[in-house]
Amino acid sequence: MPDATELELTAQELRDAHRDSILDTEYHRDRACLVADPRQIKPILEHLVDKGYTMLASLHGVDYYPHEPRLGVLYEMLDRRRVDRISVKARLHTDDPHIDSVVDMFPGADFPEREVYDMFGVVFDGHPDLRRILMPEDYEGFPQRRDFPVGGEPVLFTFNEEQNYGKYV
Amino acid sequence: MEIKREPLSNLRVRQHQARDLLRGDMDDEELERYVEERVLTTTVEKAVGWAQGNSIYPLTFGLACCAIEMMAIVAARMDVARFGWEALRASPRQADLIILSGRVSIKMAPVIRRLWDQMLEPKWAISMGACCSSMGVFNNYALVPADKFMPIDVHVPGCPPRPEALMHGILRLRDKIQGQSREGWRERYAATGTEELLPDGVNLGTADINVFKPGDTAGA
Repeated sequence: MPDATELELTAQELRDAHRDSILDTEYHRDRACLVADPRQIKPILEHLVDKGYTMLASLHGVDYYPHEPRLGVLYEMLDRRRVDRISVKARLHTDDPHIDSVVDMFPGADFPEREVYDMFGVVFDGHPDLRRILMPEDYEGFPQRRDFPVGGEPVLFTFNEEQNYGKYV
Repeated sequence: MEIKREPLSNLRVRQHQARDLLRGDMDDEELERYVEERVLTTTVEKAVGWAQGNSIYPLTFGLACCAIEMMAIVAARMDVARFGWEALRASPRQADLIILSGRVSIKMAPVIRRLWDQMLEPKWAISMGACCSSMGVFNNYALVPADKFMPIDVHVPGCPPRPEALMHGILRLRDKIQGQSREGWRERYAATGTEELLPDGVNLGTADINVFKPGDTAGA
């Protein structure tokens, strides 16, 4: 992990290279995280790759409801020579959840981006094949969003069989 | 019927009787008594049920963690071969039984329904574990209980059920198979009218596809 000082230095380096690209830094429990401007995600990741963080270890989504902007896309970058990790977080509003796809930089980001699209509804612009990956093609809604109903149905026991019979069929 | 066990000293006598019978040396009265002692009468239906309940071919089909417990019943400790259920078939065309061992997601449900429809009559289904009976701990947007899309003969509760529990379910199903009349699952569950048909206006042309037509009794 870069320590807090190195994180700040990296953030300043990125700000110098790309104006307003880093909105904030977070250092919590030895985890360094850059809060990035979603419009500049690709230049930021390219810069980090040049610095040695060559591997995209994970790409995942978060819903920070009720905080705004609600959605987050996290890129976990790994430097395999120094065994050093840094996270990049891009926050998106639900009314316009668009971010550039990084599949052309990291081919392994293909399925994770489809999963984030499937579960959170984040649209990755430039993705070669952005379809649902886990849920059925005709599914409506994004089930991992916090305001999505958990679903399921009441279990039919003997005592409530009468009142529920046929209701959920 | 009370079975009388003859003393061991009669074994030699019976061997001679059997030899006489095969040689055709047995007299009328003696022959009649000989046959009476050895013939059992039953109905064909019961005999078929007895045979069928002791030679079920389950489908090789696992869904989730319950499948691990399902595999255990084939192994030496439980040994489902004691009841003739050990020949797991890799094709639904050859299988009599489908064990739904695990959670059924709404994306998997049509697949399972198709497997069930491809199985030939007579066929049975066991719903194993909490998930595919009542959705269990995964009672959320992604799952569907098995009863919603296919008929289940035996539900085995548990999360997951121990192999002994599945064994008990299998024995209950065996009782059911041996005791019931020989009717298909649509008759068993009053499910006529739910056959999968081509929508109106769809023309298959000359393609040689086996499609269920109303009035057919086999398959589908």
